[in-house]
Amino acid sequence: MMSKILNWIDLRYPLTSTWEQHLSKYYAPKNFNFWYYFGSLALLVLVIQIVTGIFLAMHFKPDAATAFASTEYIMRDVPWGWLVRYMHSTGASMFFIAIYLHMFRGLIYGSFKKPRELLWVIGMLIYVALMAEAFMGYLLPWGQMSYWGGQVIISLFGAIPAIGEPLALWIRGDFVIADATLNRFFAFHVIAIPLILVILVFVHIIALHKVGSNNPDGVNIKEHKDKNGVPLDGIPFHPYYTLKDIVGIGVFMMIFFAIVFFAPEMGGYFIEHANFIPANPMATPEHIAPLWYFTPFYAILRAVPDKFMGVVAMGAAIMILFALPWIDRGKVLSIRYRSVAYKVLIAIFVISFFVLGYLGMQPATATMTLIAQIASIAYFGFFIALFFISKNEKTGEVPKRVT
Amino acid sequence: MKITINTFIALSFLLVGTVSFAAGNVKLDSVDIDVSDHESLQRGAKTFINYCMGCHSLSYQRYNRMADDIGINIDQLKENLIFTTDKNGKKSKDGALMKITMQKDYTEKAFGVAPPDLTVIARSNGTNWLYTYLRSFHKDEKSATGFANTVKIVSMPNVLWQLQGEQVLDKKTGKFSISKLGLQTPKEFDATIKDLVTFLSYTGEPIQQTRKTLGIWVLLFMLIFTIVAYFLKKEYWRDIH
Repeated sequence: MMSKILNWIDLRYPLTSTWEQHLSKYYAPKNFNFWYYFGSLALLVLVIQIVTGIFLAMHFKPDAATAFASTEYIMRDVPWGWLVRYMHSTGASMFFIAIYLHMFRGLIYGSFKKPRELLWVIGMLIYVALMAEAFMGYLLPWGQMSYWGGQVIISLFGAIPAIGEPLALWIRGDFVIADATLNRFFAFHVIAIPLILVILVFVHIIALHKVGSNNPDGVNIKEHKDKNGVPLDGIPFHPYYTLKDIVGIGVFMMIFFAIVFFAPEMGGYFIEHANFIPANPMATPEHIAPLWYFTPFYAILRAVPDKFMGVVAMGAAIMILFALPWIDRGKVLSIRYRSVAYKVLIAIFVISFFVLGYLGMQPATATMTLIAQIASIAYFGFFIALFFISKNEKTGEVPKRVT
Repeated sequence: MKITINTFIALSFLLVGTVSFAAGNVKLDSVDIDVSDHESLQRGAKTFINYCMGCHSLSYQRYNRMADDIGINIDQLKENLIFTTDKNGKKSKDGALMKITMQKDYTEKAFGVAPPDLTVIARSNGTNWLYTYLRSFHKDEKSATGFANTVKIVSMPNVLWQLQGEQVLDKKTGKFSISKLGLQTPKEFDATIKDLVTFLSYTGEPIQQTRKTLGIWVLLFMLIFTIVAYFLKKEYWRDIH
């Protein structure tokens, strides 16, 4: 009976072949480690955000006069509204944690290198879309940080010569952030950007399955196949990695729910305290800081004395990641078989990213700005140094098969 | 108009983080509150409704939800805790939001700024801040209200002077001493403020107790789920070397 139904469908839709191509006969290297959980976890968070987002949109009012109150209405009067809202706010931060770790995995194992350059670029597009999604979503609760954070970021467009001010005006739809801005950000946040995100994620997975997954050894498993054409070091994604990823999901959801139920504000890092004050265009908060996932770039922006050059530096800090496949000219993929110089560079990059992330949350004193400048140089220095050392890097022996 | 706004934005941009206000400089006293303590919450609610609610609303909090959560019945609520009226001048219903009748334009004229809604004040400012702030009013002849506050410069009058009495600030040590006793001893007054802060912490997030209790069960479920998933994975992976 079941096979009859399946047969009927297969004549009309490639169900079995799609299932086989992408799951049961998609061969992934058998040596995935801890770092390989974050792709599926990012997908999980995307689903959480969409589902909780739908329910929030049922009760939220994208209107400057009622947005703040409707958020509190969700927190109090909507049954389980508090849970849905905390899952959404926690999900936003956890999305970035998953994505940053996922990107770092790609960085250290050379997953952006040939033939995966396009896969990396598509991933970067997802990252940029995610930043836009998070930024616009943060305006919606209409708290002081929503308002002033938005004000500062949009005013950055104003620094662009000639077209800057009209552009900022066009984005806001008003001279300051106002009802028009909130309403359009709502539209972008719930329809435009999620649609783009879902399409890009789909394309990202299609691109991945075309070239196949990399692995911690950076070995191409397709070079050693058995007589049936199955890679010797490959195992079917389903059931092996589906089951393994479910364990990862279990651990991840324990951390996720520990935050949701016991520390939803995460000490002001996931929900800023000042955002419990309704937006007031007449009162600038004493300290404006974006949420943690933007602070490394925010610190770079502030480190440059000239506002326009700061904007350029901030944009460049993100854009340079797109070029990573062409900056890193090394032939060896994995950090395991690369030079000490490369490992030192990675360490400097990680430290500079964390230092910038911290500084972006702090008030910019003279000392802090100096440190931010040094860290910014380290951040960009990583890419420049990588370009040169990777050309003729002394690398270790890469094994023929995965270890 | 446009120029002023741009200057304003540019200025606020430059000032980001470079200015630290007085509020950050005062060392805050810490208060250990228990939001599950119904008696404390009831005393806090009473203080709030009697002393604060003339000017400050709790516009996101409903009367009946409060009664349920702090352990009083609807009759007690109607008799003892509802003093506000709706727009027809009738006594507020028990399911109403705890809004106030005082008009914003009047309060702006009277105090310079409208007294803020306090439903989520504990979440923006923190309980330690509230606890310290409410105990830091002291005599100051230069102030329009006769009192100043060390935590924040505000136009709010010292509404609890009847209970606290009057205290003076020793500028050298930064310590307060009572110059005129009120209805309560300093210890009793501290307890009153603690109850009030407990109540405001409750209104900031009424679900917080339930959230924590439920969280334990959710985590237990996830733990069992993960253990089962782990052994299932192990079983399947037995042959992979």
